[in-house]
Amino acid sequence: MKTPLVLAISAAALTFSSVTLADNPKQGGTVNTIIQPEPPGLVLGMIQNAPTRTVSGNIYEGLLRYTTDLEPVPQLAESWEVSDDGRTYTFHLRENVTWHDGEPFTADDVVFSADVFHRELNPSARAVLLHVESIEATDDHTVVFTLTEPFGPFLISFEAGTFTMVPAHLYEGTDFRNNEHNDHPIGTGPFKFANWDRGTVIELVKNDDYYEEGLPYLDGVNWHIIPDGGSRAVAFENRTIDVLPSGTVENFDIPRLSAMDNVCMTEEGHEYFSPFAMLWMNNREGPTADKRFRQAVMYAMDREFAKDVLWNGLGNVPLSAFGSNARFQHDGLEPYDHNPDRARELLEEMDYDGEEITILPLPYGETWTRWAEAVQQNLREVGINVRTQATDVGGWNQRLGDWDYDLAFTYLFQYGDPALGISRTYLSDNIAKGSPWNNAQGYENERVDELFNAAATAFPDEEREALYHEVQEILHEDVPVGWLMELGFPTLYRCDVQDLVTSGVGVNDGFKDAWLDR
Amino acid sequence: MSFFARFAQNRGALVGLIILLLIIAMAILAPLLFPESPWRMVQRPFLPPLSQDGFPLGTDTMGRNVAAGIMHGAWVSLLIGLVSTSVALLIGVPLGAIAGYYGGIIDDILMRFTEFFQTIPNFALAIVLVAIMQPSVTSIVLAIAIVSWPPVARLVRAEFMSLRNREYVEAARLVGQSNTTIILRQILPNTLSPIIVLASLMVATAILLESALSFLGLGDPNVMSWGYMIGAARTVIRQAWWLSFFPGVAILLTVLALNLVGEGLDDALNPKLSRER
Repeated sequence: MKTPLVLAISAAALTFSSVTLADNPKQGGTVNTIIQPEPPGLVLGMIQNAPTRTVSGNIYEGLLRYTTDLEPVPQLAESWEVSDDGRTYTFHLRENVTWHDGEPFTADDVVFSADVFHRELNPSARAVLLHVESIEATDDHTVVFTLTEPFGPFLISFEAGTFTMVPAHLYEGTDFRNNEHNDHPIGTGPFKFANWDRGTVIELVKNDDYYEEGLPYLDGVNWHIIPDGGSRAVAFENRTIDVLPSGTVENFDIPRLSAMDNVCMTEEGHEYFSPFAMLWMNNREGPTADKRFRQAVMYAMDREFAKDVLWNGLGNVPLSAFGSNARFQHDGLEPYDHNPDRARELLEEMDYDGEEITILPLPYGETWTRWAEAVQQNLREVGINVRTQATDVGGWNQRLGDWDYDLAFTYLFQYGDPALGISRTYLSDNIAKGSPWNNAQGYENERVDELFNAAATAFPDEEREALYHEVQEILHEDVPVGWLMELGFPTLYRCDVQDLVTSGVGVNDGFKDAWLDR
Repeated sequence: MSFFARFAQNRGALVGLIILLLIIAMAILAPLLFPESPWRMVQRPFLPPLSQDGFPLGTDTMGRNVAAGIMHGAWVSLLIGLVSTSVALLIGVPLGAIAGYYGGIIDDILMRFTEFFQTIPNFALAIVLVAIMQPSVTSIVLAIAIVSWPPVARLVRAEFMSLRNREYVEAARLVGQSNTTIILRQILPNTLSPIIVLASLMVATAILLESALSFLGLGDPNVMSWGYMIGAARTVIRQAWWLSFFPGVAILLTVLALNLVGEGLDDALNPKLSRER
């Protein structure tokens, strides 16, 4: 009976080693991971695409970093103060920080990044900067932001991907988009850009002069570019790849891959984005213009089924317009449970005459197609005459932008604060043809506008909360859009990759703390 | 020997006919045996075949009854096969007849036009057409018809060319029959047998084309077809073989049956050629 003994010994060794090593991360090793699709460029702040954020979040940094509870923690700013009126934010910067080319990082870089670079290039930072009156460097390591009025989500806007710190000494006074350094990004982060073999791999190497003692542990991170989903799954299976960031393999592969030996999965690390799947319902015309019809749709859909069957049980069925990762969620609302009888009652009450409505699936792959089929069937079962229109990404964008739809699937990021990620869907001044990302359903409610606008600039948080709770009650009743699911986008990795997901943006800045237990 | 006797002499054709009749019966009986929509999620997902009463072929990724899908899919496949073949014949036969009968410059123009379609790979053209017209039963039928009429036109043209100088045609011309009458009443009836044989094979090809389009996600999203079932099951083939296996078998049998029947028809309609080969 040799085997059990060996097992017992190795089990003991494992327990022992993990205990000691948890205190003592190992140095060295290179992690192989995936980036999908290939980013258009790596200069964060200039480019906002998800793959750019994922790779470059390890090269560049922001003033702050966010925990998985979206609490701000120091990054380039060591500490910060907020004045009592909520209008002045003072950031104290770290003093021993250098750019990858050796130049020191100072308050001038912050002023340049925020006041010049982002104002010109970065729409999501610009939305925040609208509330900023002035940005001043009071000394080499202190920056003061003065706001025109209090702005609730201000402290949550400093994530590296949204408010990237870029080197003033390389960009100031140049044509940003054609700057020669765009091919070789220079940041302050734990990893330096080494090489980009287009279509194959992006290589990052350890920044030996990183300001946090001992970090990073890894020698490098290789981001492999593998266009085919099946091949990505195989690369993970045959151990070429150690980490699959969220969204890099198809949903239906996740149960199989996560069941493999020595594979761990986490749903954490997407709190900042917290993708929220919604069903646009055209509020302007047709049956969907009637509130009762929209409520009926909510009751008709079996959202728990979609979560369990289509999304492998990952994610969360939302109560209403505010997801569980959004601040100020009102949890006292009556949930829209799967209740076909209630849906039929509502349809009868409004004298729905069986007018045909169409449903536009999101052309993002199998899961979304299946989901549209399930919703279509749910709606048919309560007597709604619904037909699916198949379309491609271009057609989907065009129909949404032209308001030429009845029901349509989508998902949006919540960005942690209602004023950043949620109000945009419901504010009436966000109704504009041509974009599928604004108030595309055409919802107009003066009171909702008032409340959202007041809440964005209210101070302190207790006041914001009261306003947001009221707005949620109205939205819950009006159902401007269908709230389908907060998507769970898991990250899969070999269990010996330790401390990978430590922040609310996951692997986007996760390799800083990661180490290999090999 | 009667037509059917000649047909039945080919054992394969007889088997094919029986399978085909079964599939037609499936299509007709589908709404009676499975009155509920095949899209309905009725049981837990991934139920293997024969594991539960009422679900002889198991359930799919979303708990839909595979047996119901196969039965309802039969209707869709046959419908698309027959209608698109009819449309293809409606285009191909007149073009081929005119080209073959008149010859000369008309023939040249029509044949260059036909060749234009023949130079584009069938399937690629069908994909493009469906993508442009947005997937629906109508657009799929049209796309299949548009890619499959050229062989009909060429066949009919060849037949007409060989028949137009026969004595009975000369005689018809001599008694003053118009060109239209000669084409429709004299020559066309004599070209029917090869057309019928070709048509039966075209139905088979059309079913394959429809399946392939649906497999690629270009099917009508509102109808349950076999190609769609395989396409949707492709991603879970390692977990649930039965989801792609049964629709695959259904397509195989239908296409095989149609080919066998086509061969039988060939034998029956061209008795001289058949057994002496």
